[in-house]
Amino acid sequence: MTEFPDVRIPIGDGVEKFIDFLASHFDAFFDFIFVISSSLIKGLEAGLLAIPWWLFIVIIFLLGWYFTNLYGGILFSFFIFLIGTFDLWPETMTTISIVLISVVLSLVIGIPVGIGMAFSKVMSTIMRPILDAMQTMPSFVYLIPVIFFFPLGNVPAVIATIIYALPPVIRLTELGIRNVDEEVVESAQSFGSSTSQMLMKVQLPQALPTIMAGINQTTMMALAMAVVGSMVGAQGLGERVLYSINRIDISLGFEAGISIVFLAIIIDRITGGIARRLQKHRRDAA
Amino acid sequence: MTVKLKLENVSKIFGPRPKKAISMVESGMPKEEILAKTGHTVGVYNASMEIMEGETFVIMGLSGSGKSTLIRCLNLLNRPTSGAIYVDGENVVDYNKNQLKYYRQKKIAMVFQHFGLFSHRTVLENIEYGLEVRGLSKEERQAIAQKHLETVGLKGYENKYPDELSGGMRQRVGIARALANDPDILLMDEPFSALDPLIRREMQLELLDIQNRLQKTIIFITHDVNEAFKIGDRVAVMKNGKVEQIGTPEEILDKPASNYISEFIRDIDRSKILQAEHIMTKPYGLVSLKDGLNVATQVMRENGISSAFVTNRKRQIQGIVTIDQAIDGIKQKKTLQEVMSTEVKTVRPDDYVQDIIPYVLDSKYPIVVTDEDLTIKGIILRVHVLASLISDNIEE
Repeated sequence: MTEFPDVRIPIGDGVEKFIDFLASHFDAFFDFIFVISSSLIKGLEAGLLAIPWWLFIVIIFLLGWYFTNLYGGILFSFFIFLIGTFDLWPETMTTISIVLISVVLSLVIGIPVGIGMAFSKVMSTIMRPILDAMQTMPSFVYLIPVIFFFPLGNVPAVIATIIYALPPVIRLTELGIRNVDEEVVESAQSFGSSTSQMLMKVQLPQALPTIMAGINQTTMMALAMAVVGSMVGAQGLGERVLYSINRIDISLGFEAGISIVFLAIIIDRITGGIARRLQKHRRDAA
Repeated sequence: MTVKLKLENVSKIFGPRPKKAISMVESGMPKEEILAKTGHTVGVYNASMEIMEGETFVIMGLSGSGKSTLIRCLNLLNRPTSGAIYVDGENVVDYNKNQLKYYRQKKIAMVFQHFGLFSHRTVLENIEYGLEVRGLSKEERQAIAQKHLETVGLKGYENKYPDELSGGMRQRVGIARALANDPDILLMDEPFSALDPLIRREMQLELLDIQNRLQKTIIFITHDVNEAFKIGDRVAVMKNGKVEQIGTPEEILDKPASNYISEFIRDIDRSKILQAEHIMTKPYGLVSLKDGLNVATQVMRENGISSAFVTNRKRQIQGIVTIDQAIDGIKQKKTLQEVMSTEVKTVRPDDYVQDIIPYVLDSKYPIVVTDEDLTIKGIILRVHVLASLISDNIEE
């Protein structure tokens, strides 16, 4: 009696059938998503590549200067310059477009869901295990069904990235709204605010610093998916890393890897700077 | 005076099935037992009161007495479990969503203990909030907000953020924000408790001043007896969710309804609450100018006193005459008018005892209480002042 009895509950098979069903019956829907996201990515990529390299470095310098400080600006533009010397410029632009599109779509989905969870206990209870699954399920597992729906390339990478990077912004939006000081909410109520006035004028602005932290986390996680995304055909720096693994090319691997780290640092510091600027009024108090 | 707000048997019980818990309270079960047995918290039980238009009504009690719960019932931040709340004759508990919104936007505003300010908005934008919710244009609401900002003495701070202000200033913003909506009723939930004592006193005086000008109906919550009696026209004392006594400060001082209230008011500084009219006695030993000196001496002898106040026909105070002056005057054949001294210290009926004490100490004679045209209302002897300061309820 030490062995588990020979019972089998075929959940895995069920999921497979469900995916088959979706793939065969909703292909028009998935085609639609594909066309939209792939043209978004292509457009953004083309736009970024159209910017002269020196202008891009100047833009990064100005952003770094404005949102952090002068040294930040200098350091960030130097990072970008280094990436250029690695001969990874087009790959970097592709990675930036995939990350930006993934993040924007994550926010479009995540913030409303987070708001919904803050207002509805039922929704919160249902969503929580789903978010847990999204964060802990190894990403390769959902890469398999994703390629059922879309041709290999940047789009399945974006979908996989969204699944992985979505939870922080949802969780922190919910947390931010729930943690708004009760007296502040009461005072907004006492003036006869409608639910939407309350949300737009009080709860979201008050929760903004927390939501910004969520956006920052989401962005970092989206970057971390760059390599995994390239396994389903995404271009960019991740693809270079994958390539160098196959060739055991230490030099290229390091250069592509450090470029991802540079992007991560720049994006993290700049979004962090935006978050600080948004709560300037609080910093002044101290 | 008309009744502005009327509470009828208002109860508020927190928990999953509050109606069920009500019957347990009715059967007299103590709060703690209900909480242990059913998990329901009794916030307020069976509170009834009438609040007059233009009155400053204070609800006083220790923490956990249900005072904050009760005040939140008035603007339905807490929906009463049972009972009715009539404002201008309408039961606001029955209001639908839109009526409630209108009620909160136009009729009632609230000031919070920890200010409840919006930290992401400037001072001016905070004050504008209520008007913004009502849909006023930017110019209109800025003009109104600016006016109220100046009323509370914060001119020049328009574009500061709340976190940049001191506690006292923040609460001024809270008050201006509430007043900007021009509500009939102002709810104040321990507005000054978070402030230090000096600022608190200043704010209390300012509130009295604002109230003098605006004549709102104010419902004010506090746990501080001195504050309650200083500010309140009438005071309701709450204990364990129930209203123990409602009355003017003098009534409560005079006839505390229970031992609990006697305990509560023991440490109070009576000289700041009692006014001349509460301690004065009916004037006696008065002499009219036309009566002359002989009558004056007779009056003093009859009453066993050494001085008498002189009045004219309208009972307006003219002066004071002592027995010595009267006898000398009779000998020298002078008139009452010639011998009396016209330097008489008078106080008004609403002067506080603490302000009268110095006069009583300085003067050999009683103090006269008169109204504005100097008509005598009563007199105060030193003994009256002393007696007023002693609590009737000392049990040691």
